Amino acid sequence: MLSPLRIRAIHDKKSKIAMMPLKEKVFTSIDAAVADIPDGATIMFGGFGGAGFPNNLIQGLARQGARNLSVISNNCGTGEGELGILFKNKQIRRVVAAFPGPGAKYFQEQFDAGDIELELVPQGILCERMRAFGAGIPAFFSPVGVGTEIARGKEEREIRGKRYILEQALGADYAFIRAHRADHMGNLIYRKAARNFNPIMATAAKFTIVEVGEIVPTGELDPETIVTPSIFVDRIVQAAGKRYV
Amino acid sequence: MSKTRLTREQIAERAAMELPDGVYVNLGWGIPNLIAAYVPSNISVYFHSENGILGMGPRAKSGEEDFDLVDAMKVPVTLLPGGAYFSQDDAHVMTRGGHLDICILGGLQVSECGDLANWRVPGAKGAGGIGGAMDISVGAQKLIVTMEHTAKDGSPKIVKTCTYPLTAIECVDTIITDLAVIDVTPDGLVLREVAPGFTPEEVQALTEPKLRHAAKVPVMPLKPR
Repeated sequence: MLSPLRIRAIHDKKSKIAMMPLKEKVFTSIDAAVADIPDGATIMFGGFGGAGFPNNLIQGLARQGARNLSVISNNCGTGEGELGILFKNKQIRRVVAAFPGPGAKYFQEQFDAGDIELELVPQGILCERMRAFGAGIPAFFSPVGVGTEIARGKEEREIRGKRYILEQALGADYAFIRAHRADHMGNLIYRKAARNFNPIMATAAKFTIVEVGEIVPTGELDPETIVTPSIFVDRIVQAAGKRYV
Repeated sequence: MSKTRLTREQIAERAAMELPDGVYVNLGWGIPNLIAAYVPSNISVYFHSENGILGMGPRAKSGEEDFDLVDAMKVPVTLLPGGAYFSQDDAHVMTRGGHLDICILGGLQVSECGDLANWRVPGAKGAGGIGGAMDISVGAQKLIVTMEHTAKDGSPKIVKTCTYPLTAIECVDTIITDLAVIDVTPDGLVLREVAPGFTPEEVQALTEPKLRHAAKVPVMPLKPR
């Protein structure tokens, strides 16, 4: 067994399978996993309703101190929990979110003071814009928000008798996500409703860092149950889940 | 004759009667969240949650909570046999794609032509939040809005034109309030039922657009309290 190395099967000239180690993806510390995030980065964060947030990576980023960040996330933290600590530390300059949330104390304060730029996006369109980016689709027509303030400044077109607006794909430099279990290659499975935005974000960022509850040897996950295939994952670190109320 | 308006629970009780056996349903925040408790035990309704659950069951019992299994309001719930988990984008394939039979949302204003405003009060502090409401409103096969008939200041919430920021245009099929059941039709609003103790004229007086109705309007068939 070659794990913990990432392995790839290739056929040699004699049609025997050779196992070729590639880049190591498993990191042993949260701080090392986020050490090279630069100032000004655009980062997606998974999580919804207290479930599936990469809270250890977020805390690591708070310690690391990168500033002037653009973040993409359904909401903007619960007190100091979830993304809250990054707002408290004033590390964030711009947000794309569907529901910043009444519990997002530090975000709301800075929003009211005009210190943070917010792009409010309908939740399903937030998903679909990321999915489009990950799938190489630059923009798409959508019925959501037609006739509302969401349509402002967007091209509108009638298609087969219905009104649609043009939505742009949404990508990022990094995705910080949480999964239940990974193998050493970075294949991921999730747990219950903690899946939420995590698999979509993994496809829409140039570089995906995942914190997982457990890392298992490559080959141990049932290929039929893998939700995020390893191609979308760049860095893996094991950490027990944290939850904020 | 009582002039007491319905409670939020009674609005939910009446709304539950709109659910036929076997439908896939999404319930929004507020009064809609109370509806599941009033679904008759002899029918099956499959609840969808925007965070990736279909076949969502009741709230988890104290001590049995699993915080990876929560509804859109962060409440720990359960999964019924036949339920499924999926990602947020697939949850909205179901909403926007027209796969849900009935969606029930709260409302701030509904217009004569079925426009819905339900996500932001103009002038309110903070950033507001859309959540899944726009995707749900656009895609629902049938959209029911449950709300109080009038705002806190007594002004009608059923209006000719919404003045609050819109959630979606021409999306509402039925409005259920503490005074009435009203259908949005191509010919305007039709008063289908009144709350016990109220006349169609009294409901009209608290509604901005004209309500059409039969000579005799039925009273909501609620359980006696």
